Amino acid sequence: MSAKALGPVRRKFAPWNDSSAVPLIQIRDVSKAFGSFTAVNSVSLDIYEREFFALLGPSGCGKTTLMRMLAGFETPSAGSISIAGEDLAGIPPHKRPVNMMFQSYALFPHMSVEKNIAFGLEMDRLPKGEIAARVEEMLKLVKLEEFAKRKPHQLSGGQRQRVALARSIAKRPKVLLLDEPLGALDKKLREETQFELLDLQMALGMTFVIVTHDQDEAMTMADRIAVMNHGQFVQISPPAELYEQPVSKYVADFIGDINLLEGRVTKNERGHIVLGSEVTGGRIEASGETVAGLGDKAWFAVRPEKVSIDLQPPNDPTVNTASGTVWDIGYVGDISVYHVKLDNGGTMRASIANTRRVVERPISWEDKVFLTWAPDSGIVLTK
Amino acid sequence: MKRLSLFNVVSLTLGFTFLYLPIVLLVIYSFNAGRSVAVWGGWSTKWYGSVFESQQLLDAAWITLEVGVLSASVATILGTMAAIALARHGRFHGRTLFSAMVYAPLVMPEVITGLSLLLLFVALNMDRGFWTIVLSHITFTMCFVAVVVQSRLSSFDRSIEEAALDLGCTPFMTFFRITLPIILPAVISAWMLAFTLSLDDLVIASFTTGPGATTLPMKIYSDVRLGVKPEINAICSLMVAVVTIAVVIASVLTKHQEVERERAERLAANAP
Amino acid sequence: MANPFQAQNRRWMVTAIPYLWMVVFFLVPFFIVLKISFSNSEIAQPPYSPVFDFLIDGWDETLDKLASLTTDNYLRLIQDSIYSSSYLSSLWIAGSSTAMMLFIAYPIAYGMARAPKSWRPTLVMMVILPFWTSFLIRVYAWIAILSEEGLLNSALTWLGVIDEPIQILSTNTAVYIGILYSYLPFMVLPLYSNLEKMDDSLIEAAKDLGCTQIGAFWRVTFPLSLPGVIAGCFLVFIPAVGEFVIPDLLGGSDTIMIGKTMWEEFFNNRDWPAASGVAIALLIILMIPIMIFQTNEARQQEAGR
Repeated sequence: MSAKALGPVRRKFAPWNDSSAVPLIQIRDVSKAFGSFTAVNSVSLDIYEREFFALLGPSGCGKTTLMRMLAGFETPSAGSISIAGEDLAGIPPHKRPVNMMFQSYALFPHMSVEKNIAFGLEMDRLPKGEIAARVEEMLKLVKLEEFAKRKPHQLSGGQRQRVALARSIAKRPKVLLLDEPLGALDKKLREETQFELLDLQMALGMTFVIVTHDQDEAMTMADRIAVMNHGQFVQISPPAELYEQPVSKYVADFIGDINLLEGRVTKNERGHIVLGSEVTGGRIEASGETVAGLGDKAWFAVRPEKVSIDLQPPNDPTVNTASGTVWDIGYVGDISVYHVKLDNGGTMRASIANTRRVVERPISWEDKVFLTWAPDSGIVLTK
Repeated sequence: MKRLSLFNVVSLTLGFTFLYLPIVLLVIYSFNAGRSVAVWGGWSTKWYGSVFESQQLLDAAWITLEVGVLSASVATILGTMAAIALARHGRFHGRTLFSAMVYAPLVMPEVITGLSLLLLFVALNMDRGFWTIVLSHITFTMCFVAVVVQSRLSSFDRSIEEAALDLGCTPFMTFFRITLPIILPAVISAWMLAFTLSLDDLVIASFTTGPGATTLPMKIYSDVRLGVKPEINAICSLMVAVVTIAVVIASVLTKHQEVERERAERLAANAP
Repeated sequence: MANPFQAQNRRWMVTAIPYLWMVVFFLVPFFIVLKISFSNSEIAQPPYSPVFDFLIDGWDETLDKLASLTTDNYLRLIQDSIYSSSYLSSLWIAGSSTAMMLFIAYPIAYGMARAPKSWRPTLVMMVILPFWTSFLIRVYAWIAILSEEGLLNSALTWLGVIDEPIQILSTNTAVYIGILYSYLPFMVLPLYSNLEKMDDSLIEAAKDLGCTQIGAFWRVTFPLSLPGVIAGCFLVFIPAVGEFVIPDLLGGSDTIMIGKTMWEEFFNNRDWPAASGVAIALLIILMIPIMIFQTNEARQQEAGR
């Protein structure tokens, strides 16, 4: 792939912290039940103009149902949804100011690429010349000019994905909904397309709401991510915050890889927490705040890349440490992950970047090792 | 790649011989110069000539065609509506009764359907004849249409319809601009099925007809009861020929489309 | 801006029109048959009584007429042995020909499913093609083959197998042949569509685990094809029970099947109430197989999703 021009630099963008900002989409206490099954359970959410918002969760968590309620394909059982101040209740899908890009692309198989793109514009009864110009512009945007006359089945998967995208943005909706837009692409194409989508969203200045089960996709593209589980939001945060300050074990475990060390709070004062933990055979020092009181159960969550691994015990006896034996080594290319069986039971993982092309590893299977981590490398979780 | 075993080849050969031999013999003997069904008396096309001279047969054929086209067309519309109701409208009051009514005629013995429709027409005091046959044929063929179209609709990616709605198309227009063009092949084959079922029907038409409306199967039946006649061989061969040609053309056309489509898909798969 | 009620209306009509049609032309006739089966036979037009006309009669007369309804037709069904033997022989002929059909159709469907992929549409078309040609023609074709001076007897005589023609036409054998021939596609197609979908790797897995070819068929292929077997059997059995054309044209005077009996009551004896009674009884007998068939279909559709 040749080097291509990078899109505009992503600006500092955080209207959700600005109390005077007016949200574009307001979801208020929305629930959706199918029979006795509650797919979405009383959720509220504000999404701001020009935001790239991701709904992330495992399949069946209610994220697709929530998106379909935005598009108008499902009616909320309770609660309200409004866009730009207009309540959407009772407004059928074909009259909503949102467009959707479907997971299956849902291209009209009997229409050519340009007819597919023109469809929404024809529905708006735009003049012919304007439709032609807009279709031209869209084809150029997704680099499909030469494929205008082709039928969907004459295109590759990546090309179809771009037609679906062009078709859904042709009407310049206020909000574009994307349902697993990259799900059907292979890994390499998916990564490229992620950045194309980002550039496009910046250039068009549209609000994107994306549904995905792929955490990398959400982390790469979104301004904010809502992690959903069992029909509710677990956490709504920008990617870095989600990774570094998860609110629960569920989020910590769902986003990336994490070690969860169980213990009981023995000290909690002014940003300094100490956990008594059998896992490490002693105490875990942590910095930060927690709502847990003395004696409560809590977990210290630390990412594998923030754990150091060494053959020698640490010089400083006060530092957090756990000893064990190397159980398995996972070589992932850019990093190696060491699975360590702790002497006091349980396992921990530590990862090390493979910065050199070494053949010989200094630490090998069944080596006795010492794991150490800094007090501010992790976070104390109570649930 | 699977390979056919000897057993597979033998069972296919015997099976297709069983299916086709009687029809082939029928066609061959329609060219028999003699009157006998077993003794070959040389080639002749004279029985075909007498078919075209028989006003009764021609009238019956014409009525059958009219009934077929008319009833198949109405049945296609009603059956497609029923299929949409069943496949798209989710749960509605009386859905169970509706689907039972749509599916039951598929296996209902024709004598029962025929009798019950006749008794309805008598109760309504309707003059029996052409129109009562048409009404009866619409009723029993629309069920076949509904089944064919419904199975196409249930294999249809519903998000295609949703995409049209999403782009601002009304539900009504979505049917005509998106759904119908895509399911059209199924609708056409449903029409053909309804048409041939109507052409084929003897029992229901016999019950519901009145004076002056004799369909071709009724005419053939009354002739056959009197014994095998070479003219019947000839007219049957003509019907077989018409159906065969129509089906072969239809399948060659769809096959051609499929080949084109497959080639295009293979091309697309290699594209960047 | 379009009226939203209008869209609702259209949507409602899509269901209502075919619904209404089926109620008028399917459900109501069924109740009329039921009512007439309780009426008396008359030499009149229409040939039964009482004839209800609520608008002319008013309440009192309607009640009188209701009182004159009779169960005689059903008593006759039980007492007259012609009916019970018709039902029994119909069920027997349909049942045994369905069983024979399974033996003939399974190898054909299996062979089709194992044929190279490019042949399969053609093979399917070849099975369907005779089905598109008239049922009557296909039955008729057998008359010429099976009759005493027909092709089969000529061929057998010529081969020296028989000395004088044997009678096949106008016997139950001819009826069996007719049913097997006419309903073959109904059995082959559901079996084929089931076998064709079956994953080859299942058979390979069975063999890999030590099953023989025949063992793999009986322990994997056949049990998995049961929904197709059920569908095929009922598609043959149910209409065959009520079959009229085949026993009438190929069977003899001693071939009694219920469809033929009903036809004769209706057209030859002009006994409409008796014919209605026969129809209702047939429907009750077929209710169970029809329900099994529909449950099987519904389950298949659910599974297909």
